Amino acid sequence: MEEFLTGYALPVGIILAQILAIVVPLLVAVAYLTYAERKVIGAIQLRQGPNVVGPFGLLQPLADGAKLFFKETILPSGANRVVFLLAPVLTFSLAMVAWAVIPVNEGWAIADINVGILFLFAISSLGVYGVIMAGWASNSKYPFLGALRSAAQMVSYEVSMGFVIITVLLCVGSLNLTDIVLAQETVWFAIPLLPMFVIFFISTLAETNRAPFDLPEGESELVAGYFVEYSAMSFALFFLGEYANMILMSAMTTILFLGGWLPPLDIAPLTWIPGPIWFALKVALVLFCFLWVRATFPRYRYDQLMRLGWKVFLPFTLIWVVLTAGVLVAFDWVPK
Amino acid sequence: MAFVDRTARSLLLTELLSGLWMTLRYMFKPKVTLNYPYEKGPLSPRFRGEHALRRYPNGEERCIACKLCEAICPALAITIEAEPREDGSRRTTRYDIDMTKCIYCGYCQEACPVDAIVEGPNFEFAAETREELFYNKEKLMENGDRWEYEIAQNIALDAPYR
Amino acid sequence: MVVQALAFYLFAAVVVASAMMVIAARNPVHSVLFLILAFFNSAGLFVLMGAEFLAMILVVVYVGAVAVLFLFVVMMLDVDVTQIKHGFLQYLPVGVLIGLILLIELAMVAGAWVAVPEAQSVAQIPFSPGGDVTNTQALGAVLYDRYVYLFQAAGLILLVAMIGAIVLTLRTREGVRKQSISDQISRRTEDSVEVKDVPSGGGV
Repeated sequence: MEEFLTGYALPVGIILAQILAIVVPLLVAVAYLTYAERKVIGAIQLRQGPNVVGPFGLLQPLADGAKLFFKETILPSGANRVVFLLAPVLTFSLAMVAWAVIPVNEGWAIADINVGILFLFAISSLGVYGVIMAGWASNSKYPFLGALRSAAQMVSYEVSMGFVIITVLLCVGSLNLTDIVLAQETVWFAIPLLPMFVIFFISTLAETNRAPFDLPEGESELVAGYFVEYSAMSFALFFLGEYANMILMSAMTTILFLGGWLPPLDIAPLTWIPGPIWFALKVALVLFCFLWVRATFPRYRYDQLMRLGWKVFLPFTLIWVVLTAGVLVAFDWVPK
Repeated sequence: MAFVDRTARSLLLTELLSGLWMTLRYMFKPKVTLNYPYEKGPLSPRFRGEHALRRYPNGEERCIACKLCEAICPALAITIEAEPREDGSRRTTRYDIDMTKCIYCGYCQEACPVDAIVEGPNFEFAAETREELFYNKEKLMENGDRWEYEIAQNIALDAPYR
Repeated sequence: MVVQALAFYLFAAVVVASAMMVIAARNPVHSVLFLILAFFNSAGLFVLMGAEFLAMILVVVYVGAVAVLFLFVVMMLDVDVTQIKHGFLQYLPVGVLIGLILLIELAMVAGAWVAVPEAQSVAQIPFSPGGDVTNTQALGAVLYDRYVYLFQAAGLILLVAMIGAIVLTLRTREGVRKQSISDQISRRTEDSVEVKDVPSGGGV
């Protein structure tokens, strides 16, 4: 009995507590990301954004959540019931699962596995299934078009994202996320690998279906794309999953290029601020860029999107991988 | 040289960056939002809003049931029935405006020889049923009493231009 | 170890069950979805064996890319089950024959299988290369060191196949107006717009 308690019950309890400690702040962050999005885009368009519910509209996300919770879940009669309901759950849970490996501070990851970056990449590449399943199961035209667009788009941009990750990995010599951050103690990779940083950021925009690559949902052409037929909580799960994915991608950018939890400079007043706060600040900065870009650029046309992915990013990143490898070998900087 | 210039420009994403810089500057500009139910925009004295039937300062109703407004109304929204009152003066017994028909052209107030029917400055009279928008004489007189101050001021302000 | 064993049986059972469903499901899209489930659980089995790199690559490559393309194609198919069943009886003898031959061959392979005596004991231990060498590094050392030429040759073959496919389908069409983005962005205001000072009443 005692062995059961210490051997199984205790670790399971600790893991559950860790999961809660990650998921609850994450969901709060997602809620307030929607608020921030409306505020930031409002400000850029010379509007005020939500300002009625609570002081400065701060309770707006809660009001929205409550509204969605009490709405009726509609199952279209032509829909494939199981797949239709599975899709939002899949999207949401994948967005949560990926956080298991994100190190918020040195040693602050639920699972500090050897192939952390591959795990992140794998999970983010699975995200497309939620979209495809939703689009197909809805048995409706707009969702189907959205799903097709999304599938092609996400697969295309994953390729260049993969090459960007390889460039970073060449400079680190490890697939472990903690090692990747620690390798940036002297200089963040965003500086020596600036072009890769930019390409990675743009690819994450495409990967999360954000403007200017929001063709899968493209409001003005596909109404809401793949989640046209969804309502109430199933819609809310999509929504949460999508925004959690944005935060995840920002965290990934932070870890790969912005030095994770490390302060910008290793000098006194900056080092007093604890790592998780630096991490959160950097993630917030990247997220702001997501919103900023959305408020600035119009949507891409689909053929231009494909051209950018395959004819611009892919050759560019490929050349850069070779270049980085060459420089590392030539100057004998290859990490051991 | 032009080629180098062009290539550098497209590789450095100058156009994207200038666009981003533009939106960033806009973010800190003062907002133009009118916080509507709490703040309202200015209205011209000629604004044509909800109708009202006015009275003279001594309390006598102005309308003399000449039916000019009924005749001129292009939407046929006004219905008037008239009878002599006990004191022998000609007055309306019924003065209805169907606000769902009204196009707010303002011809009625132009036609009125005694400034009785006017379109006041009120535009917040949305209702949940159509029936609430079928105004009768009582409702119109009540409007006149409520908005008399503003209406009188608007008429005075606009008088020099008539 | 109990947890590992339970996890193994869970993953293995799901792999087998979903593999069954791939061929049993009526709806082809369901088949592909079950195939993805099978891939995913095989990745779980790899993790249990300590081959986390292979597991992740399986998910990235097969689930993340290949299966998406499968699904993409299958979703657009308009499969008419009655039409497929139409010629079923006609092909039944041939199908049964091929199935029988395969079954016999499999039985022969299984019957003639000789395992190395120590294989049993080796199979029990999860693979963990000694020291601090992760299995990513171990794989890299094998692929890019010992078998580098074979690896490159495999890559070249794939490249040739790809180029072949492109060459076969590529054709230049006459009279198609295509957008040339580089031409568009290299246009300058000086080249395309002229500001003229028009005197009033003078005309251009």
